[in-house]
Amino acid sequence: MSKILIRGAKVLGGEPQDVLIDGETITRVGAGLPADGAEVVEAGGKVLLPGLVDLHTHLREPGREDSETVLTGTRAAASGGYTSVFAMANTFPVADTAGVVEQVWRLGQESGYCDVQPIGAVTVGLEGAKLAELGAMHESAAGVTVFSDDGKCVHDAVIMRRALEYVKAFGGVVAQHAQEPRLTEGAQMNEGVVSAELGLGGWPAVAEESIIARDVLLAEHVGSRVHICHLSTAGSVEIVRWAKSRGIDVTAEVTPHHLLLTDELVRSYDPVYKVNPPLRTERDVTALREALADGTIDIVATDHAPHPHEDKDCEWAAAAMGMVGLETALSVVQDTMVETGLLDWAGVADRMSFTPARIGRAAGHGRPVSAGEPANLTLVDTAYRGPVDPAGFASRSRNTPYEGRELPGRVTHTWLRGKATLVDGKLT
Amino acid sequence: MQRHLISAADLTRDDAVLILDTAEEMARVADRPIKKLPTLRGRTVVNLFFEDSTRTRISFEAAEKRLSADVINFTAKGSSVSKGESLKDTAQTLEAMGVDAVVIRHGASGAPYRLATSGWIDAHVINAGDGTHQHPTQALLDAFTMRRRLVGRDAGLGQDLSGRRITIVGDVLHSRVARSNVDLLHTLGAEVTLVAPPTLLPVGIDTWPCEVSYDLDSTLTKSDAVMMLRVQRERMNAAFFPTEREYSRRYGLDGDRMARMPGHAIVMHPGPMVRGMEITAEVADSDRCTVIEQVANGVSIRMAVLYLLLGGNEPALTHARTTTEEK
Repeated sequence: MSKILIRGAKVLGGEPQDVLIDGETITRVGAGLPADGAEVVEAGGKVLLPGLVDLHTHLREPGREDSETVLTGTRAAASGGYTSVFAMANTFPVADTAGVVEQVWRLGQESGYCDVQPIGAVTVGLEGAKLAELGAMHESAAGVTVFSDDGKCVHDAVIMRRALEYVKAFGGVVAQHAQEPRLTEGAQMNEGVVSAELGLGGWPAVAEESIIARDVLLAEHVGSRVHICHLSTAGSVEIVRWAKSRGIDVTAEVTPHHLLLTDELVRSYDPVYKVNPPLRTERDVTALREALADGTIDIVATDHAPHPHEDKDCEWAAAAMGMVGLETALSVVQDTMVETGLLDWAGVADRMSFTPARIGRAAGHGRPVSAGEPANLTLVDTAYRGPVDPAGFASRSRNTPYEGRELPGRVTHTWLRGKATLVDGKLT
Repeated sequence: MQRHLISAADLTRDDAVLILDTAEEMARVADRPIKKLPTLRGRTVVNLFFEDSTRTRISFEAAEKRLSADVINFTAKGSSVSKGESLKDTAQTLEAMGVDAVVIRHGASGAPYRLATSGWIDAHVINAGDGTHQHPTQALLDAFTMRRRLVGRDAGLGQDLSGRRITIVGDVLHSRVARSNVDLLHTLGAEVTLVAPPTLLPVGIDTWPCEVSYDLDSTLTKSDAVMMLRVQRERMNAAFFPTEREYSRRYGLDGDRMARMPGHAIVMHPGPMVRGMEITAEVADSDRCTVIEQVANGVSIRMAVLYLLLGGNEPALTHARTTTEEK
């Protein structure tokens, strides 16, 4: 593999530096490095970040290849600056056996755009009744460390307790989709002022918060770590903050859309805004941003959820829940966290690469931009500003809530172990 | 007036009074031997009903026929919808057949709004009830009934409901009738009080332009009209209230309670009534109960809405005279 010299890049937003890649590895970082036969990429003041890591992606394969495949999903990931994504288990068949996780892992290897780390289901068929063979999935070629029934909550307290305990044997973590099922029967949107007017079934904040409260206490009791998926309410922030202050080993993620959008958008009845957990209120958005800034929320995860057009081009109640997010995540974070002064680019690198890689134990990802490290890198034109055009997405699906919205920042280059997967905004 | 009628909240005071006044003109047509106007001759209206509702459909159909529209009735049962066709395809199919207006009843809140705003079709959309969201023609016919009874048929022309105290009792949480009435009555200047057990009031109701009470007896003496909402028996299975009898005791309207209402006050119900649940037979059959009038008024209101949305700017009565002369 040839050498690449990235010239004049603001590493993690700092002073411009040159970064030399040789093969799969960063070999030098410094000012005025000689090209020395390397291919030169003029960064021109763009920001260089470690390749982004998404702990929460739906790649839909196997089963729903009409909305996304591992290949199209990893192309979308590379487009958005990601070098590693964790693929959720709610496929058809469910990723609850070594066979399915190995299939997803192999498809990721073949794609070559982004490392795919399968997440294993906690329970058989995501049904919440019987533990899946967690150990077998861990020992498979896929080496699963993150387990989640995402889409469904592990609502049975005993099953959750056992799962938290069991995965300690191999350093695993359970990622909980916190949603008390009885409190959310028929739920269509955040329960509050807007749902009362629109006559849509309410998804109350307490349905999330009560499960998080229970699970941090369970984690404390059995001495396990627990990860909270897509935390969405101000109350959840308070509970996680309290848990961390008690020394409980809890981590939490927030999605880009929960950092930007509110349930006021549901007044359009446009299902592009239908997502689970639902868009909340302005007060929640503010609390989530502050929590991500102060570290109460550890990471940003996309919950990239592709759906075919027909599943959104209908009445609200009939529509599928979810939004694509891989190709807009960094722009939304720049808009909501960087340009508001809440996070600097080093903070973005932490929340979108270092920490998600650490939580998911993604070897070789989320590493510092320094000599000797794997060359997983993302170059961002932070000065760019423009409307989101879903027609240009690499994802097979177009269900973005940001169509036409002006957002800052554009990923121009992504390198996966020294191999360019995105050059000048175009996939290789 | 806007192109569509989706929500009672979209109507200004002047829009609403115009509809009520126009409905009074339409009501006169019903008093004639030939109950028909040529206003919508050559126009096609489809009644697109995804939910069973015989009375609302028949009311719209009667209104459309009295305005001489060509009427197509489409019910989801036994249609392509039951075979999995989407709302979009169904609507576009109907429009391709040359439909000028779609009267839609749908179980999903927001379905009429989607139909009117998604660019799927160009026809006028009239909401005949969507999920637990809105039922604007019901609110209009209720306001019409109140104005007639409380202000007067002729004295009411041009008037709103300023200062009238309206109490709405029952399952507000699941009621599009309650939502529409709160919006419209507020616009018309009435003071609305919602009465229900706390379980049947939505979280977030505190921003609505009305009062909320858990106690029926304390509001009865201060009401010019008491509107009882239907309470489905199945609600008690989801623990919204313990038993049918307990609901009736606390929130049902019986003869004793009706006797405590002011002498001029009326009892209303959007129907269908559950006798013995929210209303006793004694009340339902009393001359203070307007439930049958509401049905008759519904036709006049729906004629007025169709006329104003589709019929152009000519006054309705011009057509009415023509009809008489032709005779």
